[in-house]
Amino acid sequence: MLLALLMDVSLAVMGAGIGAGLAAIGAGIGIGRIGGSAMEGMARQPEASGKIQGAMLIIAALIEVAALFALVICLLIWTKM
Amino acid sequence: MSDSCLSLSNLRKKRLLLTAALFFAFSAVFASSEPHEEEKFNPADLIFHHISDAHEWHFATTPSGQHITLYLPVILYSSDRGLETFSSHVFHNEADAHTSAIYNGYTLDEKGHLIATDGRSFYDISITKNVMMLFLTAFLLVAVMLSVAAGYKKNKGKAPKGIQSFIEPIILFVRDEIVKPNLGHKTDKFLPYLLTLFFFILFGNLLGLLPGAGNLTGNIAVTLTLAVFTFIITNVSGNGAYWSHIFWTPDVPLPLRAVILPVEIIGIFTKPISLTVRLFVAITAGHIVLLSLICLAFVFHSYVVGTFSSLVVLFIYLIELLVAGIQAYVFTLFTSVYIGMATAEHHDDH
Repeated sequence: MLLALLMDVSLAVMGAGIGAGLAAIGAGIGIGRIGGSAMEGMARQPEASGKIQGAMLIIAALIEVAALFALVICLLIWTKM
Repeated sequence: MSDSCLSLSNLRKKRLLLTAALFFAFSAVFASSEPHEEEKFNPADLIFHHISDAHEWHFATTPSGQHITLYLPVILYSSDRGLETFSSHVFHNEADAHTSAIYNGYTLDEKGHLIATDGRSFYDISITKNVMMLFLTAFLLVAVMLSVAAGYKKNKGKAPKGIQSFIEPIILFVRDEIVKPNLGHKTDKFLPYLLTLFFFILFGNLLGLLPGAGNLTGNIAVTLTLAVFTFIITNVSGNGAYWSHIFWTPDVPLPLRAVILPVEIIGIFTKPISLTVRLFVAITAGHIVLLSLICLAFVFHSYVVGTFSSLVVLFIYLIELLVAGIQAYVFTLFTSVYIGMATAEHHDDH
C-alpha cells in the first residue's frame, strides 16, 4: 500500500523531470533553427544583419516562452508532490 | 495659458506626497532579531518565497540575523464584521518565526495566504507586496511621463534635454515600429493605451529585477488584467467586417462554416490567454532560473561553485534585462496586431 503510494509520487516527479528536459530540447531545436537561418541570411546579405538580428531576438523570446510553459507545469507537478 | 496642466504644480506635488505618506503611516518597519536556527536549506521554499506575493515586504536579513521587513496593511471586508484594517505585524510570531500568530480569528497558512480560523468567507483587499510594487510602478510611470511632457512644453522648438531625450526615442519606436504598421490611420486613437501598456510592462519588468523588489508582472492576476483590457478594447472596437469574419466566414463552403464557427469563437479567447501566459511565464521563469543558480552556491557550500554561479547569474541577469524589454515589445505588438485586425477596413478582394 505504502509502496504503491510512493511509486505514484516518484513516477509523478520523474515525469516532471523528463517533461522539463523535453521542453529544453524543444526550445533548443527551435532557437537553433532560428539562429541557423539568421546566420545564413546575414552571410548572404551583411547589410541586412541589423534587421535580421532584431527579428531573431524577438522570435527567440517567443519560442523560449513556449518551452517555459512546459517548465512551469513541471515545476507545479514537483511542488505538489 | 497656465502650465499646471502639463507640469507638476505645487498642489499636485503636495497631494502625491500626502498619498505616499498615508500609505507608509499604516505600516511600520520593524527590525527583529531571530534566534539562529540550524536547519536544512530548502531551495524550493526560498524560491517560492521570493517569487510569490506576501503580506509583508521582506527586504533583507543582516548577517547578525536581523530581518529588515516592512509590514504592509491588511484590509479585509466581511459581511458580518465590515471593514477591518490592521498591520500584518500582528501575524509575526515572536516565539516561532515559521508559524503565524492568530489575530481576531485570522491567521496566515504555510503559503502566506490569509485564512479565517473558523472558515468564514471574507474579501481580502490588502495592500500586499505586489500591490505596493504596482503603486510604485504607476507612480514612477506618472512621474517620468509628466516630466517628459513638461520638457516638451519648456523646450518648444528646441532640441530635447534630460529625461525627454531618453524617453522620446522609445516612444517614437513604439509609434513607428509597433503601432503604425498595424493600425495605419487609426494610430492616434489607440496610441495612448498602447504606450501606457508598453511602458507599464517595461517598468514593471525592470523593477521586478531589482534585489528586494516584488514580482509584479510575474503575477498572473496582473498580466490577466492587462490581457482583459486588450480583450475589451479589441472587441469593443471590432467593426462589422471583424464580427462577420468570425461568425460567417466568407469564401468558405457552407457546411465548413459550422465547423469553423466554434474554432473562431475559441480564437477570440485564446488571444488574451496567450498574452497573459506569455508575459507571466517569461518573467516568472526568469526569476526562478536566477534564484536557482544563486541557491546552487548555498547547496554546495563551496567558494568555487559560488564564484562560477555568480558569473553565470550575471550573464543570465543581462539576458533577463533583454527579456524584460522584449516581453514588453511582444505584448504591445500582439495587442496592436489584434486591434488592427479588429478595426481593419473591409477590402473588396473576396
